[in-house]
Amino acid sequence: MAGLEVPTWDPEAAILIGAVLLEAVLLYVGYGGLEKLIGPRLMKALIGGENNA
Amino acid sequence: MLDMVFNTLSGTLSASPELLALFVGFGLVVGILFGFFGMGGSFLVTPALLMMGYPARVAVGSGMAFVFGTAVIATLKHHDLGQVDYKLGGIMIAGTTLGIEVGRASVFYLEEMGLAGGIISVVYVLLLGAVGLMVTRDALKSDGGGSGGGHHDEADKDLSEYEIPDIAKTIQETVRIPPMVNLRGDVTVSLWVIMAVAFVTGLLSGFLGVGGGFIRMPAMIYAIGAPVPVAVGTDLFEIVFSGGIGSYLYGQGGGVDLGIVVPLLFGSALGARIGSAATSVVDSDGIKIYFGGMLLAGAVAVGVGEVGSYLGIEILETIGLVLVLGAAVVVAAAVVYTSLRSLRSTRSQQTPAAD
Repeated sequence: MAGLEVPTWDPEAAILIGAVLLEAVLLYVGYGGLEKLIGPRLMKALIGGENNA
Repeated sequence: MLDMVFNTLSGTLSASPELLALFVGFGLVVGILFGFFGMGGSFLVTPALLMMGYPARVAVGSGMAFVFGTAVIATLKHHDLGQVDYKLGGIMIAGTTLGIEVGRASVFYLEEMGLAGGIISVVYVLLLGAVGLMVTRDALKSDGGGSGGGHHDEADKDLSEYEIPDIAKTIQETVRIPPMVNLRGDVTVSLWVIMAVAFVTGLLSGFLGVGGGFIRMPAMIYAIGAPVPVAVGTDLFEIVFSGGIGSYLYGQGGGVDLGIVVPLLFGSALGARIGSAATSVVDSDGIKIYFGGMLLAGAVAVGVGEVGSYLGIEILETIGLVLVLGAAVVVAAAVVYTSLRSLRSTRSQQTPAAD
């Protein structure tokens, strides 16, 4: 854990963490879109009916 | 600088398909647990990376960056479900940060005395075991056998309808030191109770060197009285901050490998979506039983690993790790299975009504 260790500015580390953050947001949006697109059909196949969970 | 990111990403794509599939699959399992329980990343990913031969700095740093990314995704999902209490999260972050620093100072003090390793392991096993037993017993008692699923109306349950544990009720009624804070789910609790809980959980987190979700989540339920979904969502929100700062610090020392983090996150993003959605489908007692079982498996695994390390028997350390990873796969599968069973039950009860 980081605790109160004061971070100094490091552009490389910031870009690295920014890349992880960007990937996380893109995956959230991407998987969200995919869920809307094929979610109902997938739920129908799995439980035999539509569900919004 | 950007070259470094692109080079790492192209390196990821050129990695063997087996390794990529392993990371994506492992990410999926961890994501389900993370989204469902609000914890489980740090003590699964880092030991697995160490076993694969990565240096400790890279294993810890990449594990933390992965936990950060997964926490971002899971928090966004819980936010959409209205299960993040930002006020509670903000106060918890302040108290936890202070506690972590005191915990770290305690470790350095014990290290000087040459007692750190042994004491930390014993505290780890006792804490995991105690919390695991308490959570499991409570869930079995209130569920009358702990079936862990099938309560189809749970998805529509209002946060204020969640039963507050007796111990939290007592604390809320006894400690009325102003200022009082109103939280999601109609919970009113003294700011000092939240600060105390945050400080103690931060202290343990800093002392044990872990993310602390397995301590913070039950603490929010049993000491503050937060509804289970809010405790999970708020805990994830807090991990975004601690994981972000931790990853940044490790990134400064070259400890974050995007070749590991990118495929892990690809799998965990899907898993976290499944796990977060499952919290609204499976009843809270079911969640507690899984959580307790997972902690007990973790306690046994750490205990076995430590005995192996103490006696110099390498196979015991491996058994400990396999036990943790095996428990993770089994619990993740149980979460998915119980959710589907609950949805099927809902479907079968709705069908006759519709007819």
